[in-house]
Amino acid sequence: MEDVVNLFHGFAVVLQPFNLAVMVLGIVLGVIIGVLPGLGGANGIAILLPLTFSMSPTSAIIMLSCIYWGALFGGAITSVLFNIPGEPWSVATTFDGHPMAQQGRAGEALTAAFTSSFVGALFAVIVITLVAPLVALFALKFGPAEKFSVFFLAFCSFIGMGKEPPFKTLVSMMIGFALAAVGLDSVTGQLRLTFGFTDFLNGFDFLIAVIGLFGIGEILLTMEEGLAFKGKAVAINPRVVWQTWLELPRYWMTSLRSCLIGCWMGISPAGATPASFMSYGIAKRISKRGFNFGKGEIEGVVAPETAAHAAGTAALLPMLSLGVPGSPTAAVLLGGLLIWGLQPGPLLFVEQKDFVWGLIASMYIGNLVGLIIVLTMVPLFAAILRIPFSVIAPVILVICAIGAYTVHNSTFDVVMMLVFGIVGYVMKKCDYPLAPMVLAIVLGDKAEEAFRQSLLASQGHLAVFWSNGLVGSIMALGLISLFWPLIQGAWSRMRARPAS
Amino acid sequence: MNEVSQQARRGPSQRNVEIGVALVTGLLGAVTMIGSWQVGIGWGVEGPRAGFFPFYVGLIIAGCSLVNVVKAASETPVGDLFADYGQLGSVMSVMIPTAIYVAVIPYTGIYAASIVLIAVFMKWLGRYGIALTLAISIGVPVSIFLMFEKWFLVSLPKGPIEDLLGL
Repeated sequence: MEDVVNLFHGFAVVLQPFNLAVMVLGIVLGVIIGVLPGLGGANGIAILLPLTFSMSPTSAIIMLSCIYWGALFGGAITSVLFNIPGEPWSVATTFDGHPMAQQGRAGEALTAAFTSSFVGALFAVIVITLVAPLVALFALKFGPAEKFSVFFLAFCSFIGMGKEPPFKTLVSMMIGFALAAVGLDSVTGQLRLTFGFTDFLNGFDFLIAVIGLFGIGEILLTMEEGLAFKGKAVAINPRVVWQTWLELPRYWMTSLRSCLIGCWMGISPAGATPASFMSYGIAKRISKRGFNFGKGEIEGVVAPETAAHAAGTAALLPMLSLGVPGSPTAAVLLGGLLIWGLQPGPLLFVEQKDFVWGLIASMYIGNLVGLIIVLTMVPLFAAILRIPFSVIAPVILVICAIGAYTVHNSTFDVVMMLVFGIVGYVMKKCDYPLAPMVLAIVLGDKAEEAFRQSLLASQGHLAVFWSNGLVGSIMALGLISLFWPLIQGAWSRMRARPAS
Repeated sequence: MNEVSQQARRGPSQRNVEIGVALVTGLLGAVTMIGSWQVGIGWGVEGPRAGFFPFYVGLIIAGCSLVNVVKAASETPVGDLFADYGQLGSVMSVMIPTAIYVAVIPYTGIYAASIVLIAVFMKWLGRYGIALTLAISIGVPVSIFLMFEKWFLVSLPKGPIEDLLGL
């Protein structure tokens, strides 16, 4: 009951004129970021983070999270009209979205995509509203061993659930941990891994890594592919929107299933991209019209968009309640919290009620406002994509450089950004996932601290991670998700045997 | 991929690049282990010492890199290209100007460097006319200046030109 009061208080905070203005600004910027190649949710927010330093934390988080919603919406525009996924999670949307545009049904496809995104996000926000306070309450009882086990679970599910080769995921993640360890050791105050370079004293900031890996790396990839934008024209009029809305309730099962897949994949840090693929795949298998998927089936747009948006939103649940972000973008938002002087984790729900409930309320209103903005302004956003790459690319490079510089006012960081960019390009090409590296850089120090504190308490016995039911079961869940592909393989072999 | 197109496309093979990447990550793992060892990887009066955690991180990096070397050598299909030379050329045409841009920022400031970067891209890669090139290459940094320095009060690196203009 108290939560309901808090939520309504949150709505009151969000509906203040200034907060509404930053919300609209955030969404418009977000859609532009989502549409542009090389700028996505994670690095877009990282670059715009310095602009929020002078705002109150609540306004700042509203603006940044709205950039995120905008980016999620924006990805669909490029997928449907240009067959270019602006974001990795909208790849699955191109499968049916672009064929629909080619048949002259772009308006229908976009309406379906935006509406599904909204439904997915709404579902995830309701889940966050109901579940996050309970998780936080529960997590307040966590000691260092339990904290470490949550990190363990998060990182294991990357390895087991990701589509990249597990050893490559592991390397990418551990390099992230190593980079996080560079500089001052937070426990003993000792310098380590700097090898005498003064530039390394402060360690590596993950914001620089995010801007380089996702921003510069993406530009290099786009350059290699030699993009030529050939877009379909679109005009969304109220009649098309209305007709599509009348048709959509028919796919309520697909929608509900995609919401559940999205929430699950978002909370366990597998992320929006696998969620959208999984949802598309299952919808194709189950749907009566599955044979027609890939040729312009509206259900093939509904499934991935709902799941991607649900996952993207649900990724904020562990970030808010446990301080463990479920996606790189959530990690950047978490970095923002630290900069604004807030301590992420379960205590937020006790000490920063205004902030937390303001954010949750802004998710409801932000997604609604976002839906209206994208439905009315699609042609404008599509026009951005017609700006040639030789103009857009240097501008994005400049924006990335500014973003990297403003993190610590250091030109060395700009150099590091370029290094991360080249690393990101090569890693992407060799199938190393980038997200685990970013999350490890963010969480490395905390995970290490929890690990060392637990060992200190147990005099160095690893048994501390199995010392009670709670920590033991979280660790066991972690191991299950780590070895999930093996377990799944064994299970399907066992089922196949009696049949053969 | 058929033989004709394979002959037409030349470039570093995916297999060699993957092995190279795995060797580099292995080296990183080794460096991490050495650095950790220097600050102590054992158990001190304060509990696990500063190098304890990163040492094992380095060990895992080195171990997995070894697996990746073997997998890359044995599993990558022969003939797969990382990228052909034409594609690498396009990548370099962005990477080299950006590297120069990044290198000169401390000396010229970000605004002058940005004007040149955008102009070079538009003129060289986009082949635009002088008027449009100048308009965009000067317009974007000026609007960034107004937005950051005037509106949000965030200071960006400046050089001799800004000093001359008294900004």
